Amino acid sequence: MSESLQITVTVNGQEHQSTVEPRLTLADFLREDLGLTGTHLGCEHGICGACTVLLDGEAVRSCLMLAVQADGAELTTVEGLSSDGRLTALQKAFQDNGALQCGFCTPGFLMTATAFLRETKNPTEAQVRDAISGNICRCTGYVAIVQAVLEASRYDQGQGGG
Amino acid sequence: MVARNHQSYIGSPVKRQEDVRFLTGSAQYVADVKLPGMLHAAILRSPHAHGRVTAIDASEALVLPGVHGIYTFDDIAPLAKPIPVRVFHLPGLEDFLQYHLAGDKVRYVGEPVAVVVAESRYLAEDALEAIQVDYDPLPPVTDVRQSLEDSVLLHEQNGSNLAGNAVVGFGDIDAVFLNADYTRKEEFRTHRHTGNPLETRGLVADFNARTGDLTVWGPTKVPHTVKKVLVDQLGLSADRVHLVEPDVGGGFGIRGEFYPEDFLIPFAATRLGRPVKWVEDRLEHLIAANHSRELLCEVEIAASNDGTLLGLRATLYGDMGAYVRTHGAVVPALAAGLLIGPYRVAAFQASVNCLVTNKVGAGTYRGPGLYEGCFIRERLMDIVAGDLGLDPLEIRRRNLIQPSEMPFTVGPTRVDGIITTYDSGNYPSALDRMLQELDYDNLAPLQGQVRDGKYQGVGIACYVEPTGYGPYEGARVVLRAADSVDLYLGITSLGQGHETVMAQICADALELPMESIHVFHGDTDYMPRSVGTFGSRGTVMAGNAIVLACNSLKERILDVAAGYLDAETSDLEFRRGAVYRTGQPEEGPGLTLAEVVRLAESGQADNGTDRLDVTEYFRMGDRTYSYGAHGAHVAVDPETGKIEVLRYVVVEDVGRCVNPLAMHGQSIGGAAQGIGGTILEELVYDEDGQLLTGTFMDYLLPTSRDIPHIESIILEEAPSPLNPLGVKGAGEGSILATGAALANAVSNALKPFNINITQLPLSPSRIRDLIRNSPTH
Repeated sequence: MSESLQITVTVNGQEHQSTVEPRLTLADFLREDLGLTGTHLGCEHGICGACTVLLDGEAVRSCLMLAVQADGAELTTVEGLSSDGRLTALQKAFQDNGALQCGFCTPGFLMTATAFLRETKNPTEAQVRDAISGNICRCTGYVAIVQAVLEASRYDQGQGGG
Repeated sequence: MVARNHQSYIGSPVKRQEDVRFLTGSAQYVADVKLPGMLHAAILRSPHAHGRVTAIDASEALVLPGVHGIYTFDDIAPLAKPIPVRVFHLPGLEDFLQYHLAGDKVRYVGEPVAVVVAESRYLAEDALEAIQVDYDPLPPVTDVRQSLEDSVLLHEQNGSNLAGNAVVGFGDIDAVFLNADYTRKEEFRTHRHTGNPLETRGLVADFNARTGDLTVWGPTKVPHTVKKVLVDQLGLSADRVHLVEPDVGGGFGIRGEFYPEDFLIPFAATRLGRPVKWVEDRLEHLIAANHSRELLCEVEIAASNDGTLLGLRATLYGDMGAYVRTHGAVVPALAAGLLIGPYRVAAFQASVNCLVTNKVGAGTYRGPGLYEGCFIRERLMDIVAGDLGLDPLEIRRRNLIQPSEMPFTVGPTRVDGIITTYDSGNYPSALDRMLQELDYDNLAPLQGQVRDGKYQGVGIACYVEPTGYGPYEGARVVLRAADSVDLYLGITSLGQGHETVMAQICADALELPMESIHVFHGDTDYMPRSVGTFGSRGTVMAGNAIVLACNSLKERILDVAAGYLDAETSDLEFRRGAVYRTGQPEEGPGLTLAEVVRLAESGQADNGTDRLDVTEYFRMGDRTYSYGAHGAHVAVDPETGKIEVLRYVVVEDVGRCVNPLAMHGQSIGGAAQGIGGTILEELVYDEDGQLLTGTFMDYLLPTSRDIPHIESIILEEAPSPLNPLGVKGAGEGSILATGAALANAVSNALKPFNINITQLPLSPSRIRDLIRNSPTH
């Protein structure tokens, strides 16, 4: 076993210094070491997108990254989206449109859509479908998720989350 | 504020109460359960489809850092009992059951051979690689036709690969076929695929040696059944075993049955005296959790020249995989049971056969047997229509059971002895509504034509679905305060939104605001008995149990009030949170609910507080039958074989819809799964019994770019006469006609090539093969 390394990451605005094994994935680091279990693991091979987090503002798959690769980065997980118990426009739109059922994929979709809406103002349905096509939902058939993202884009002009 | 006269949460698109925890990352799935001192398990699985285990040596692995225990068959042998059949017990199946670890033989790739428990999952997986297992490979059986030959036996002691069979039917089938104007034989195949909930399976087991209590987090769907098996197999007292259902990332049939791990993880926890967690990874899920849908059906249909159906005769071969699992026979049994669907026939016969192959065990996937049977029947309807020169609509309309014929007894079509009897319905109306939404009249002329280089096709399918699996389900209602009711349920929630739907029913039954209702589910300690969540039974069975429990609670409220008011209960009534003398206006003297609770608690009522705590069970022996119609408009690219679903319409009549928002979610989600399952997903084994589609890179799940804007229509034209709410199940009708409607649409699109789809999936490669091999190509 190779020796452990020291990393410093900022997660949801809070700085953490940790000693981690080089082989520890970023997802396991967030879930096991930091206790942020809102980031979910659906496939652990980069297809389902349930583990999506924001790394320096960009949506990435935390199952495909090692914790050591995030050294020095700023991360946002689903726990960091809303503040003071108030849902973001995107989270609210998910609830209003029935865009979640079992909820397991939901954090990944929220993170992907948050990054997308920051970059894309007034998206079309085709753009939304394209943006979320790297996340798998087994429950909703995507129709309500697409509606929710479109609704959130109109509601807050992309300021949701963060 | 004026109280509503007729409060009705039922029928309103109430937003889900449970959503906030899912949206903020604060839900707790089994993988999120963390206990002090918790260890982690990993499972060593067979790399061979069929072989003898000649030696296992775990000595090197056992001394690796962080390893606490390794268990093989020899360790569990003193306790070893096979996993029993839960439903559809055909004679003989009990000889083909699975033990939790392989003994002297492995029979599928992925079969558990050993369990490692270590400080972390990383260390447990390291140790798997250090276990030495010697195998003596045997030739594998990978298809039911090959299995039928019995030249290679999976379970030698049984002398056959046929695990069980039964014949069902009614009418003089031979005479019908002898005398019919028209008969046709076909062979259909549906392909192996499965639910793939986004959360894999997982378990945490914690054994307290001091009290003898075993708590297991993770069982879902049928926890009371899982508990019963676990109690029996571990030799513990039922009172000391507690099964907890955390939040659940989707079910779809595959999750929550008793699997080998459901024994192995609690077993390890009892041996080590420390909590043990196991979370399946996706690769394990694909090779070890139930597959479904794989069915071969030889079928013959008889009709008169005017298209009147006369008879249906079928032999069904269900691929059980290597062992008969908890409910392996469901697919061939229900495919036969509902093969006739919403049509009239004079005679029917089906032979249901369960065969073992060297593949992972089969279970159910949403709409089990019904998806398969609907595909077979609705393809036949189109084929017969084509042969007899009839319009596909005409042949359906001619044979659909009419509302005036309800309730309609089909006959003994099921291996479980239930007589199939449709309780209510207007089948033609559901078909008409679908055609109208699809704009069928304008789309139909496009059939087989080319637009933008793609062949256009429209397909339709009708279905009827048994829902409300019995025999009972319970609810406990406790009035804690005037504005606080605790509702305890035995059923689980795998994402359907039960916390909201059940609160709606309870609030309406008690005429109280929904905010007053607190729903508790997911712990076997809440209710002593429960059948579980499957087969579109939650709302039918638990929903009606809630109504019964609330009615009893209201009677008790009146009892308490009667004692205090010195009145007969028959002279009192409970309305809008207060008790009044019958006929008295609401502003007149009465007892508020708060006063009733206070009386009960103070013991001034006859029997004290217990009187405001009631449990009732709703019992239903028959099924209530949801029904509907699906329509699909597709475009097929002849060069790539890719099918684009341009439109998809689902019409479902569920008698009475409790929450349209939740139900549209079920409808659209189910249809999307069906589209994916029909076009993209397939669990492919090679001739060596190796799974070729063992990752999400090979097993393709539909994404937002594959699924169209699905249109869902909910009808309430035929409430069920079999339960107080009038509801029918709503979770599966949306998936079960997808294979049928899409196959009909693709067959119609490819008419110029004279292609007759009899096999699923409709994958690009298969469509290309069909076009390439077409005589008119």
